[in-house]
Amino acid sequence: MTAVLQIEKLNRNFGALKVTRDVDLTLERGARRALIGPNGAGKTTLINLITGGLTPTSGRVLLNGEDITKTSQAERARRGIARTFQINQLFRGISVLENICLAIGERTGACNNLWRPAGASAGIIDEAFGYLESLRLADDALRLVRELPYGRQRLVEIAIALAQQPRVLLLDEPAAGVPSSESHLILDVVDSLDPEIAILIIEHDMDVVFRFARQITVLVAGAVFTEGTPDEIKHNPQVRAVYLGEEVHGEQAAGQGATHHG
Amino acid sequence: MAASDVTTAGPDDRRARARAFIERRHRIRLGEIVPWLLIAAVFFIFPDRTTFGTQVLIAIMFALSLDLILGYAGIVTLGHAAFFGIGAYTVAILSARLGWGEPISMLFAAAVLAGIGGLISGWFLLRYRGLTLLMLTLATAVLLQEFGNYRSDITGGYDGVPGMEIWKLLGVFENDLWGHNYYIYTAIVLFVVFIVVRHIIYSPFGQALVGIRENVRRMHAIGSPVHRRLVISYTIAAAIAGIAGALFAESTAYTTLGVFDFDNSAKVMVMLILGGTGRLYGAFAGATIYMILEDEFSKAFPEYWQFGIGLVLVLTVLFARRGLLGLFEDVAQYFRRSKS
Ligand SMILES: Nc1ncnc2c1ncn2[C@@H]1O[C@H](COP(=O)(O)OP(=O)(O)OP(=O)(O)O)[C@@H](O)[C@H]1O
Ligand SMILES: [Mg+2]
Repeated sequence: MTAVLQIEKLNRNFGALKVTRDVDLTLERGARRALIGPNGAGKTTLINLITGGLTPTSGRVLLNGEDITKTSQAERARRGIARTFQINQLFRGISVLENICLAIGERTGACNNLWRPAGASAGIIDEAFGYLESLRLADDALRLVRELPYGRQRLVEIAIALAQQPRVLLLDEPAAGVPSSESHLILDVVDSLDPEIAILIIEHDMDVVFRFARQITVLVAGAVFTEGTPDEIKHNPQVRAVYLGEEVHGEQAAGQGATHHG
Repeated sequence: MAASDVTTAGPDDRRARARAFIERRHRIRLGEIVPWLLIAAVFFIFPDRTTFGTQVLIAIMFALSLDLILGYAGIVTLGHAAFFGIGAYTVAILSARLGWGEPISMLFAAAVLAGIGGLISGWFLLRYRGLTLLMLTLATAVLLQEFGNYRSDITGGYDGVPGMEIWKLLGVFENDLWGHNYYIYTAIVLFVVFIVVRHIIYSPFGQALVGIRENVRRMHAIGSPVHRRLVISYTIAAAIAGIAGALFAESTAYTTLGVFDFDNSAKVMVMLILGGTGRLYGAFAGATIYMILEDEFSKAFPEYWQFGIGLVLVLTVLFARRGLLGLFEDVAQYFRRSKS
């Protein structure tokens, strides 16, 4: 398999705080990888480092073998890295449809045009509508984003990322804050994405993780704690100790953790 | 609606409606003729007030240029007078020092020079946002003013450039005592500028500016070259402000370093907020009402007129957040709702 995205020895400090430590991670074409870890483990930070929202203190990020560590965030997006945000980052004052059109317009370069009316490009509107239909947002196409309930806004969050036609898609807790009645829709959508896209998903719901992921990376205190298939992770006692919690007693976990590191 | 309707007619219907909405948005609506009718009407109804009218038209143009960057792209600036000033001084120096007084070509020269000013300062400053940007834009205007003061041998300092000689329009029309010709001239230039701004607003580029205003983080994430978009819009706005400044200098045949004053930058922002930002006609309503209020207040209370303007602004911000046009919309909607 070919690696689309590679991270090598990535580090990031905030002052004295080491939020990312020596992280190595590879996403192959069509990868379905989950990134799990307790709150504050540095999962979102890692996504920011991959997209270029943050620059690493040291280490490299490679896209299709090319070093993009110094490449701007926008340029990385244009080269095929898309993300969604843990907390919605939407264009709240304009319609849902225009949110999507904007992503398409920036992807295709249509937004460089200062003269032709935006409404004249039927192709863009049709494409945007396609994403809305696949996310069952078509009925809300003309509503302002800020008027939508939170669950629907989460879908717009994903629709924008899809409109970027990414090769690498980073989903930061896509179903967070959504009632379970609606979160199914979001997860179904994620399940049915193009198998060619490499996907990294951050998710706290272990049922979702085990259902969706083919590989899982466990991040603890900024470092990769362990990596493996869902089965391996499910039966890894140390992971249970630090992340899945309850089943193992604290004492035992500490002992095993020490063995693991020593 | 039956379930079968939803699956058969529904999707295409929705798509058609959505497309129609987007396609229709940029079409010129009937109501848009109103401001132009008013501008024409003023000429015939108040023939002895066209000199003042010209200044109102210039203020509209200045506010319109600010709307492009403040209302659409969300760039807050307190230094927009810098570009108005560059435009005014282009005319002053060309006509008083270099012996060239042809009005229309001077507008182009002013647009180019102010545009270059916008390009250079924008390229440096538009990495910043919010309060930092506010201070830096303010400082830019002050720097220009101080530079003008330092070279007062050329600029005439705060006393103004003496001996500006503006040639006849098209070699025929003089700036007559009543200012009739200049009113028409300014109205035509305003119309051309307006068409340009309107095109930009409804273009995909204009949509990207709105995106930057609404959520700059997301714009970076979807691959938008944010800095470049901002610099381009800033350059265009600067050029338009430059044209407004040039018209000011041509119509009054007079310019002092006062054009760079903080007052001037603040005033144009007040006008825009008064009318409503990001709504294209906010500049028209705001600048007109501001100018009329200023004129009336300063006649009625020569000492306290600024208090009156301040009061109007406070009332606007408290009760008409989206400006007078926003208020107008809300009221119209209220009556439409209560009728049905
Ligand atoms: N800009 C910043 N400045 C300082 N500290 C930061 C910054 N961003 C994140 N941190 C810290 O880095 C650590 C990791 O944060 P991050 O948001 O990456 O965690 P996370 O794994 O995504 O957590 P969660 O599951 O709660 O989303 C936290 O302790 C956080 O306080
Ligand atoms: Mg997080």
